[in-house]
Amino acid sequence: MIPPSFEYHAPGSVADAIALLSQYGDAAKILAGGHSLLPMMKLRFAEPEHLVDINNIDSLKGIREEDGEIVIGSMTSESALITSTLLQEKCPMLPEAAKMIADPQVRNRGTIGGDISHGDPGNDHPALMLALDATFTLVGPNGARQIAAADFFLGTFFTALEADEILTEIRIAPQAANTGASYQKLKRKTGDYATAAAAAVITLSGDTCQSAAIALTNLGATAMRASAAEAVLVGQVIDEDLIKQAATKAMEICEPAEDLRGDAEYKTHMGGEMTRRAIRAAIKNAGGN
Amino acid sequence: MAKTQVSFNLNGQDVDVLVEARELLIHVLREQLQLTGSHIGCETSHCGACTVDVNGQSIKSCTMLAVQAQGATVMTVEGLAAGGELHPLQQAFMDEHGLQCGFCTPGMLMRGYRFLQENPNPSEEEIRSGMAGNLCRCTGYQNIIKSIQTAAAALNANTGSQAE
Repeated sequence: MIPPSFEYHAPGSVADAIALLSQYGDAAKILAGGHSLLPMMKLRFAEPEHLVDINNIDSLKGIREEDGEIVIGSMTSESALITSTLLQEKCPMLPEAAKMIADPQVRNRGTIGGDISHGDPGNDHPALMLALDATFTLVGPNGARQIAAADFFLGTFFTALEADEILTEIRIAPQAANTGASYQKLKRKTGDYATAAAAAVITLSGDTCQSAAIALTNLGATAMRASAAEAVLVGQVIDEDLIKQAATKAMEICEPAEDLRGDAEYKTHMGGEMTRRAIRAAIKNAGGN
Repeated sequence: MAKTQVSFNLNGQDVDVLVEARELLIHVLREQLQLTGSHIGCETSHCGACTVDVNGQSIKSCTMLAVQAQGATVMTVEGLAAGGELHPLQQAFMDEHGLQCGFCTPGMLMRGYRFLQENPNPSEEEIRSGMAGNLCRCTGYQNIIKSIQTAAAALNANTGSQAE
């Protein structure tokens, strides 16, 4: 299988890339890791006339700490997330989750920015970004703007990213004290998308849950926060009964598409189970029982 | 469609090829450069039969454009054996029966080659996750795991004797 013909561009800077996107508009697509786009092009689900390869833009790669925030370049590979000591120390859910994405070879090419920008509800980073309250920097012809992850995912393959914009950076607060996080993913095999997955970030004050963030993968048109599930936990000493109630609230917002991974009922049920597991693991990682 | 000249280092030799932008690295390796060791299995980046080494990383060459190899250092299974001698990994796959039909073997070898540099003393569990991007439909993986373990021991013994 060979993709349809296109004109290839490999700009060396964000400014040059945006100039190309401005010039070609909807006829252009950004090529990041290529592990979603190239297969889609082979199958003619995507036929861009211009491909703007941003792999040569070094400023988009790397993980650093700046003004008390973790800043991840959009072209940082999944492999680089896994091996980052900064993330292991200050945002451990991200490297742990990246290990569950695809396989070693794909993780060497696949990028966090591509995973987010693609808008696929099966991708894992959107729910992680929602649970971590991440902020994205989008750069376009009129400069940069910041957007919260909560405002970014608008629908399946539909995000707040304009055709002439590039996601350049992801900003995340370092994990607060007494906080634990966990991503729980059910998949049929290595490399598969989640049948259902849940991210949970929980901060304890003593035994009481001070704050909770829960987000779901592949259980609706986009990744989504399960706010009602969070509300069940906040201000409470979390026990098994509350975890069960929170999972029930999470299941109420699930509208998964039926496919070979299962029907809606099964996937919703698994969404509940992943939520329960994520909450339990997050509490444990926060130092609670 | 206009063709682009792409230059890269392949198994230690500089090569120049003229490619269409839409050509994938695996096709250029096999059809233009006549190195048919790397196999085309699924063409959807699942099976790993097309795994090659690009700039010191394992990648699936069915999901990388040949134009993206501009200036890169590429190694394929043809670059493993040196001076008429099998690489310790190749020898280990022979000794441990790490292949049956052999279709997945070039990808297994190239992933194993890089994996053992990333992790020279892997546990069985680490081998299983490190090799998880390569599918084999014959062996049941047991002997592939053994092959990697045997190769790791051989490579570590070599490193040890060099250090002495």
